[in-house]
Amino acid sequence: MSHHHDSKEPKQKKKVQVATGDRAILPEGATTIPVYIMGKRYEVPETLTIMKAMEYAGFKFLRGAGCRGGICGACPTVYRKPGDYKLHFGLACQTVVEPDMYLAQIPFYPANRAAYKIEDLEPNPEIIFSLYPELFRCVACNNCTKACPMGVDVLGYISALKQGDIARAAEISFDCIQCGMCASRCMGELPQYHIAQLARRMYGRAIMPRARHLAKRVEEIESGKYDEMLKSLQTMSHGELEKRYKEREREPDMAPNGTWLPANDPYL
Amino acid sequence: MGYTPEMKELIKRVEATRPARMEKARRGENFPALSLEERAVVLEKFHPDYQKEGRRPIRTGPDKGLVLPEEIASMLESRSMLRPENVDLSNPDFETDVLIVGGGGAGTSAALLAADAGVRVIMTTKLRHGDANTMMAEGGIQAAVQESDSPYYHYMDTIGGGHFTNQSDLVAALAHDAPLSIAWLESLGMMFNKFPDGRLISRHFGGSSRKRMNSAGDMTGAEIMRVLRDEARNRGDQITILEFCPAVELILDEDGKCAGAILYNMETREFFIAKAKATIIATGGNGRLHIKGFACTNHYGATMDGVVMCYRAGVGSTCLFSTQYHPTGVAYPEQNVGLLITEKVRGLGAHVLNIDGEQFCFPLEPRDVESAELIKEALEVGKAVITPTGRYGLWLDSPMIDLLHGEGTVRRELPAKFIQFERHGIDISKEPMLVYPTLHYQNGGIAINADCETTIPGLYSAGECTGGLHGENRLMGNSLQDVITFGRRSGAAAARYVNGGVELKKLTLDHVVKYEKELVEAGVENPMVAPILLPDYSTDEVASRRLLEIQGKLEAE
Repeated sequence: MSHHHDSKEPKQKKKVQVATGDRAILPEGATTIPVYIMGKRYEVPETLTIMKAMEYAGFKFLRGAGCRGGICGACPTVYRKPGDYKLHFGLACQTVVEPDMYLAQIPFYPANRAAYKIEDLEPNPEIIFSLYPELFRCVACNNCTKACPMGVDVLGYISALKQGDIARAAEISFDCIQCGMCASRCMGELPQYHIAQLARRMYGRAIMPRARHLAKRVEEIESGKYDEMLKSLQTMSHGELEKRYKEREREPDMAPNGTWLPANDPYL
Repeated sequence: MGYTPEMKELIKRVEATRPARMEKARRGENFPALSLEERAVVLEKFHPDYQKEGRRPIRTGPDKGLVLPEEIASMLESRSMLRPENVDLSNPDFETDVLIVGGGGAGTSAALLAADAGVRVIMTTKLRHGDANTMMAEGGIQAAVQESDSPYYHYMDTIGGGHFTNQSDLVAALAHDAPLSIAWLESLGMMFNKFPDGRLISRHFGGSSRKRMNSAGDMTGAEIMRVLRDEARNRGDQITILEFCPAVELILDEDGKCAGAILYNMETREFFIAKAKATIIATGGNGRLHIKGFACTNHYGATMDGVVMCYRAGVGSTCLFSTQYHPTGVAYPEQNVGLLITEKVRGLGAHVLNIDGEQFCFPLEPRDVESAELIKEALEVGKAVITPTGRYGLWLDSPMIDLLHGEGTVRRELPAKFIQFERHGIDISKEPMLVYPTLHYQNGGIAINADCETTIPGLYSAGECTGGLHGENRLMGNSLQDVITFGRRSGAAAARYVNGGVELKKLTLDHVVKYEKELVEAGVENPMVAPILLPDYSTDEVASRRLLEIQGKLEAE
């Protein structure tokens, strides 16, 4: 067994020289700060996100890491700062470490979810009420909104639903990443993010007007209109393809959708 | 936080050239695009894919001799996690009709279509259901839905963008199915960006001749993934989802048909035998291999597992040497480095500028060309901004968007990006962004045909882990369309195969034994163990203290 742990040189974190990929990158002159990961103290470089700081400290994530870009909801983290009674919420991949922050990840939080057949559902708020009767256990305390790392007005969409406004709830909840922090803080034990998902799907399917031009295009495709055209492209010589590629006419940038049509185009 | 005073000084140069650039943009005038010949020159000189160093021929397997990036070659020249002789295949832990490996957009679409065809599905995924690059795709999904467009132009743009190296049957399938995919997503309740009358809002993108990019805010992939995942959860009677339970090896039967996979519960470290009449590999990309040390935009689990398993079983690849560098990865602030800035920013009219606030390229070239032009401006012309952490950056003039399309457009069209920068004190509707190319997409992968079949009966594949559709360069919005079109096709094809009657013979891992013998014969010393499942971001300091792991490696040697 060979290793180079020198007892005269203990615990001092060396500066990382070469950074590749996502390994923590230290800006010139960066200093370290203490953070408490589930109560245990680690020295990590300032300026890093919580996620990169935890990896720097030696954690390897299984749960609690996902897209690493603030959109998947895998890494919700709750933390406190010294001398501050408030709970703070953030995504570990997006939140920068602060000195003496006390943090814990909450990678999963159980929440009730109702199963349904979307094709059988009218966009009727009564259906939402019957699938999620706990909606009316909301006491409007606003803890959900305070806990949302995406800044979604959670109470806003829950209130909209209580008033039967599915469209408004769908729009307000659009940025939801379904991390579950709202549900974790709810006095009424609501699964807000599942309810919002149902509202958005009802809205997208049955309240927003359908795209009529899309339905027409689907008909054309299913009637086989483009089959021969696509078949001939597949056997076309490289030279001919390149020629046609260069000859393509570019739709004008500022032309609104549905207004511009090239003259005598046999390929539409 | 926000920009440093020095950077704020530089931004003044961008603001100084903006009024004149705005005038031209309003008149519809663009910086001229490159000809095909000029594209070839800039690619040859500046695109990382075209450079010789860091590449070598692979020594084993179906693509033996193919020149691949070092990181990919080493991973394919790998041995199994398992010792085949220790694995008892006679008592499967799971039996199903269709086993789907991967719970992203392609895997979930496949699960839904297979379930529609009446077969039983197990979908197994390494992290959570939905943890995938699909979730991260921001800008949109291509489909020729407008009257000004047709599958013909979708085909032409795609194959031209791929420098005519694409597999033609896959391109035709994509162009054909794309509007059907959109209609399917609409019927599942996806919230597309639409005009009040229901017309889809379609935009230009790099390499487009017609407006074909459809979107949902700037989180199109996340919206797709949320809807598909929700729908799969509604089908619990037919679709069983196993999370944190990746496949680590394919199982064949004595006739050479695919017969399922060995699964690994990463939380309990148990292995399970999953026997299946058909298997679909939908494991996603390889960004987390960090080819050439580039930062990447990918999901944490993007480690090429499916390609590794298929290769070991004898399935070759298409265009696997080709990697996409997205032209606009974040270069500042450091916390966001490598993350994607959607091409939609340029589709909405933002210019790409050098340190003097000058345009130096058409902002909507195909991605590889655009990346090469940015690298050229930094390395050869020497007009990049240097960030406080020593990175190159070029300006992406996002404030133009509100000026062109009205106040509030940035906030409405790019909500996720707006929030991401706002957290670090930068208002992208008022200040430009600093960008530089970043590792983004595995262009090539497992060889398939338009029914998603591989060369092994009963083994299908779909999505980013496959190759051929994009050739050597992918256009924006074809990745999301890839996962939906081919996810659906693979699910339908696998169900047809099962419904046609499949009789599995005795299960075997002989292909693993055979491949490992080939490694020895080819003189591959100390092959790595793969799939690696997750990247390791521990520092050298931490790694040097992990004595048990060091000891284990020494013993293995």
